[in-house]
Amino acid sequence: MTVSRNNSKIVYQGIKDAGIRSISALPETWLVYLLQLASSDPEMTLIEVAKEEEAIGIAAGAYFAGEKHILLMQNHGFLAAINGIVSLAQLYKIPLCMLIALRGHWGEPYPWHTRGGIVTEEVLRALQIPFEYARDPAKVGKQIREAYTFAQSSLWPVALLLTRDLMED
Amino acid sequence: MLRSKCIEAIYPELHDKLVVTNMGACAQELYDLGHRDNFFYLQHAMGLASSIGLGLAQSLPHAKVVVLDGDGSVLMNLGALATLARYRPANLVHIIFDNGSLLSTGGFPSHTADGATDLATIARGAGVPHVESVSNAYDFMEAAADAFERHALSVIVAKVEAVGPDHYGMHFQLPENAFLFKRWIAEHFGAA
Repeated sequence: MTVSRNNSKIVYQGIKDAGIRSISALPETWLVYLLQLASSDPEMTLIEVAKEEEAIGIAAGAYFAGEKHILLMQNHGFLAAINGIVSLAQLYKIPLCMLIALRGHWGEPYPWHTRGGIVTEEVLRALQIPFEYARDPAKVGKQIREAYTFAQSSLWPVALLLTRDLMED
Repeated sequence: MLRSKCIEAIYPELHDKLVVTNMGACAQELYDLGHRDNFFYLQHAMGLASSIGLGLAQSLPHAKVVVLDGDGSVLMNLGALATLARYRPANLVHIIFDNGSLLSTGGFPSHTADGATDLATIARGAGVPHVESVSNAYDFMEAAADAFERHALSVIVAKVEAVGPDHYGMHFQLPENAFLFKRWIAEHFGAA
């Protein structure tokens, strides 16, 4: 299995079509092409972090500044960012639009991803974070727009889970 | 040197800057001088004040962003210094008040307490282009004035006593602080 270059382009176009011009991210395998597209796009500001919790702060700063911003991370990075999500975003009613690579799920060959994959949805539910699964390249652009819109109207974190169906060929 | 005196000394310079503080004593001491809507107090999520500052500084290159932070918070998110250095926003000043103590959460000594850990050295090693370490009020004022004028990412590590206010409380709820801060930015920088 390889990362889908074509679907990565579709996801990136969905991000652009949603009006997003600023991304914070930590690189991971499924996000490689997305981040390459972002870093080579003069219209996009990309901030790569050392650990995902930083991105919650960066997203808050971008939101205060009126910048349309999304976060790209792996689900293990989401797990690493929880205190920032709870004690910055949720406490202060700051919207977050998170695109999360759902590793360690159906078809996962790598044991090290599996614990995080198994608990991700339950942690999202425990944090009352609405989420949807992105599986179909024909629908992902609309899903990104809707995730962003919902985060802004609810002043709350929203997650779109990027699945194996979408991210691998 | 007292943190409250340092904040008081720079307070007149903060009226046109975006100011983000960490939790507890630092937030309260700034607030007690007189709240302004361009002040955001991060009362939890320790370590993220400088990350908020980075998001602001990258989005608003014409604004000057000042982060008032503490050693305990910075130690929780040391990678953020490296992220700051990587993008080195020229409009960001990160002031770290180092009292060697987790003062606001019980006063336990932090890793900087006995001098073994030096945050200024860490900031330099992370690649921050301009780092000052100060321990008296005159040097602090000079370093702060220089950083406010300088067009370069600056970190100031200010050694202060482990003393905080005898009271805590603000007149608004936390989300209100966020709403007012966002509105102030929109009104002054034309952002959405």
